[in-house]
Amino acid sequence: MTTVYTLRIDGRDVAGSEDATVLDVARENGIDIPTLCHLDGITDRGACRLCMVEITGSNKLTPACMTKIVEGMEVTAHSDRLLEYRRAITEMLFVERNHICAVCVANNHCELQDTAEELGLTHFDLPRISPKVDIDASHRLFSIDHNRCILCLRCVRVCDEIEGAHTWDIMHRGLDTRVQTDMGIPWGESTTCTSCGKCVQVCPTGALFEKGRAVARGSKTRRPFLPWMKVVAEERGL
Amino acid sequence: MSLPRVATVWLDGCSGCHMSLVDMDERILDIFSRADLVYGPLVDFKEFPEDVDVCLVEGAVSSEEDLHKIRMVRERTKTLVSFGDCAVTSNVPGMRNPIGVGPLLDRAYLENVTLNPGIPSDIVPKLLPISTPVHRVVKVDVFLPGCPPSADLIFTMLDDLLAGRVPDVAGSRFGR
Repeated sequence: MTTVYTLRIDGRDVAGSEDATVLDVARENGIDIPTLCHLDGITDRGACRLCMVEITGSNKLTPACMTKIVEGMEVTAHSDRLLEYRRAITEMLFVERNHICAVCVANNHCELQDTAEELGLTHFDLPRISPKVDIDASHRLFSIDHNRCILCLRCVRVCDEIEGAHTWDIMHRGLDTRVQTDMGIPWGESTTCTSCGKCVQVCPTGALFEKGRAVARGSKTRRPFLPWMKVVAEERGL
Repeated sequence: MSLPRVATVWLDGCSGCHMSLVDMDERILDIFSRADLVYGPLVDFKEFPEDVDVCLVEGAVSSEEDLHKIRMVRERTKTLVSFGDCAVTSNVPGMRNPIGVGPLLDRAYLENVTLNPGIPSDIVPKLLPISTPVHRVVKVDVFLPGCPPSADLIFTMLDDLLAGRVPDVAGSRFGR
């Protein structure tokens, strides 16, 4: 039998099972905490830092997606300080690479764009870095434009955990960090990629996209399919 | 009593934001019954005047002319609005930034041409090393992102500014 814990989020009394995270319980109760790397059905990673919350008794911020609930926990999910940090994080995601919404295949279907709008981000105080970044269009069906990648690593996780191919991984460090296919060879030459398209489906931005899609036509409307696939994978003991 | 003086300026942009301004349809009559349009591509005044109350700036700052113009506009304007994604983020004009001016001009005017290769220099303003958002060069009072911002958003913002309210730009977003 699972134990149920009670806790408070933003002053509201809520409850969740012992293995739930703060993010799970918040979402079950309609408390919206922004995230870009979390996706139901794959392992959480705490990469984007947008879901950082304050927990009474701790002087550091904690990612809600990586924090299991505890009986009597007091969580602040929304405060002026958190809003300021979340805006700063989103701004840094935008200026780190070349995000040009107007010419992006994911324009209006983009979770980074949505996040900026929800947080009321209207401009960037930081200068854009404008790095020279590659595009890999060697795959028959899909392309990756690293200009638009925010390193949420959903592609890496879905490829490993759901498809079981582990074609995607990461290479290099800091600003040079890139997702890569098969130890850094062009995607089209990958021998492990099954061309299933899950990475494209879960990408929150226009970094991974289907070839032949025009600007703003890269709609990914079937995202919620993942939790179901996870269940099937578990049933089969994969 | 004289009406508030509104101006618009077109720097390095596609004029789409000005099209969206015109797309307010009959509401444009409402706005300009409460304000005078004293300068911009939509009217025929040659000089940017003194004592402008509100100026909408479309486009990024990409050339020496843009830079000269925006500094003059800022000096003569009370409330400067960064109008649309090119002004706010440098957007499409900024796509040249990772390439650099030299290779960019070489590609366009030397490598690909079959007739009279040569980089224009005499009659066009010199490009700046990078195309920048307006607020990297002068102080900006209001940001209205969007490519372009919708006519509804532009109307709401102008309506607020003319009524002396802090403009509500909720619902604006990059792109769209």
